Amino acid sequence: MSLTLAFLGDFGGAVDFIFHERDSVSGGVQIGGPGEIADLGLEHLKVSAVAMAAACAFSIPIGLYLGHRGKGEFVAITVSNVGRAVPAVVLLFLFLAYLGIGFTNVATVLFLLAVPPILTNTYVGVRQIDPEIVDAAHGIGMSDVQVVRRVRLPLAMPTIVAGIRTSAVSVVATATIAPLANVQTLGEPIVAPGTYGFEGQLGAAIVVTVLTLLIDAGIGGLGRAVTPDGVKVAGESPAKRRLFSLPTRGREPAT
Amino acid sequence: MTFDLIAQLQTRERTGVGCVAENGFCPDWIADNWDRYVDPFWEHVYLTLTSVAIGFAIAFTLAVIAHRRRWLVGPVSAFTGALYTIPSVAFFFLLQPLTGRGNTTALVALVCYTLLIIFRNVITGLAAVPNEAKDAARGMGLSDRQLLWRIEMPLALPEILAGLRIATTTTVGLAALAFFAGAGGLGAVLEEQPRFRSNVVVAGGLSVLLAAVLDLMILAVQRSLTPWRRAGP
Repeated sequence: MSLTLAFLGDFGGAVDFIFHERDSVSGGVQIGGPGEIADLGLEHLKVSAVAMAAACAFSIPIGLYLGHRGKGEFVAITVSNVGRAVPAVVLLFLFLAYLGIGFTNVATVLFLLAVPPILTNTYVGVRQIDPEIVDAAHGIGMSDVQVVRRVRLPLAMPTIVAGIRTSAVSVVATATIAPLANVQTLGEPIVAPGTYGFEGQLGAAIVVTVLTLLIDAGIGGLGRAVTPDGVKVAGESPAKRRLFSLPTRGREPAT
Repeated sequence: MTFDLIAQLQTRERTGVGCVAENGFCPDWIADNWDRYVDPFWEHVYLTLTSVAIGFAIAFTLAVIAHRRRWLVGPVSAFTGALYTIPSVAFFFLLQPLTGRGNTTALVALVCYTLLIIFRNVITGLAAVPNEAKDAARGMGLSDRQLLWRIEMPLALPEILAGLRIATTTTVGLAALAFFAGAGGLGAVLEEQPRFRSNVVVAGGLSVLLAAVLDLMILAVQRSLTPWRRAGP
C-alpha cells in the first residue's frame, strides 16, 4: 500500500495514514487507521450535530416570528454583522480563556457560530415572500399560525435550508480546532504534530475536507427536496443560490 | 507580619504579577507587552489586504467575462463554491506539499475563499441593472464597452462593494487561522498563550477591530462613490 502510494509523496503518506495503523512519531502508541479516524469522526459529528440542532431550534422560530411580524430588522442585521466580524477562532479562544475547555463549551461556540446565517436567512426568506400571497392566505380565512406554517414556512424553506447549509459547513470546519479545547475531533492529528507527524496532519485535513464536502452536498440535496414545486423554476433553484447580500435597513436587499 | 503582607500586596499591585498569575485581565501587562502584538497585527493586515486585492482582481475579471457569456456563470460558481466549502484549517495543510509553509500557502488559500463572494456579487450586481437604463444608453449610441463601464458598473457598484466588505471581514477571520500554514498573524499570538485572558482579549480584540475598521472604510468609499443613492427620497 505505502509502496503503491509512494509516487504521490506526502499525499500518499497521508492516505496511508487514513487506512493503516502505524506507530506514532514519538513511538509507543498506535495512531491512524480506520479505527481511530472513525472515533475522531464520530466525536466531530457529535459536537457539530448538537450545535446545529440547538441553533436550528433557536433561530428558525425567532426568524419566522420576526419576519412574520415585520419587526426586528435591527436584530437580524446586528446578528449578521456581529457574526461576520467575530472570527470563530477568536470566539473559541475567548471561551477557552474565560470558561474553560470541554465538550459543552465547544458546542456553545459552534452554536453561536451557527445562529447568524440561519437566523438571517429565515428572516430574509420570510420577508421576501410576495405580500399578495400572504394577503390571499388571510383572505381565504387562514389564521396567523396557519399562514406562518402553511404559507410562509414552505416558501421560505429553500432560503432557510441555504442558511443551515452555510452554518453546517462552517460548524464542521470549525470543529476541526476543537482539540485545542480538549474535544478529540478530526482536528486532533492537526494540533498534535508531535504524535501524528505531517502525514497525520495531512491525512486529517483530507478527511475533514471530504466530510465537509459531503455534508455540503447532502444539505444541498435536501434544499432541492424541500423546495415547493411551485417555486422551482427553470434554471437556478433558490436552494442553490447563496446569500451574500448585506441586509440593509430601510431598503430591500438587492437580490 | 502585617507589614510584610501589605508590602507584598503593594509589590503585587505595582508589578502586576498577581494579576497575571491569577489570569485576570491586566491593563498593566498589556501596556508592558504591547510590542508583542505590533508585528503580528501588520502581518494580519498584509495577509488580508493582499489576498482580498488578488481575489478581487481574479473574481472581477471572471465576472466581467462571464457577464456577456452567461453559460460561464454556472461552472465558475460551482468551482469557486467548491473552493469556498473546503475547511480553512484543512486547506492550509492540503497546500503545504505544493507551496510549503509560509505566506504563499496562506495567501493562496485566503484568495480562494474570496473568489465566490466577489464573483457572485459582481455578477448579481451587473444582472440587476434595470433594462430601461441599458435601453436608454443604447439609444444614446453607447457601445457595449461603454455600456459596461459607464452604465452597468456604476449601477452595480453598491452590490460589488457589499461583496468586497463581506470578503474582507471573512478574510480577517480566516487569516486568524493562518498560523496553521506558518504565516503568523494575530492567530499565532492567540495560540501561543490560549488560556491567558489578557492575551486572548488583546489579540482577539485587535482582529475584530481590524475587521470593523476595514468594513467601515469600504462603506465610506461606497458612500462617496455613489452619491445618487443618498439623493433619493
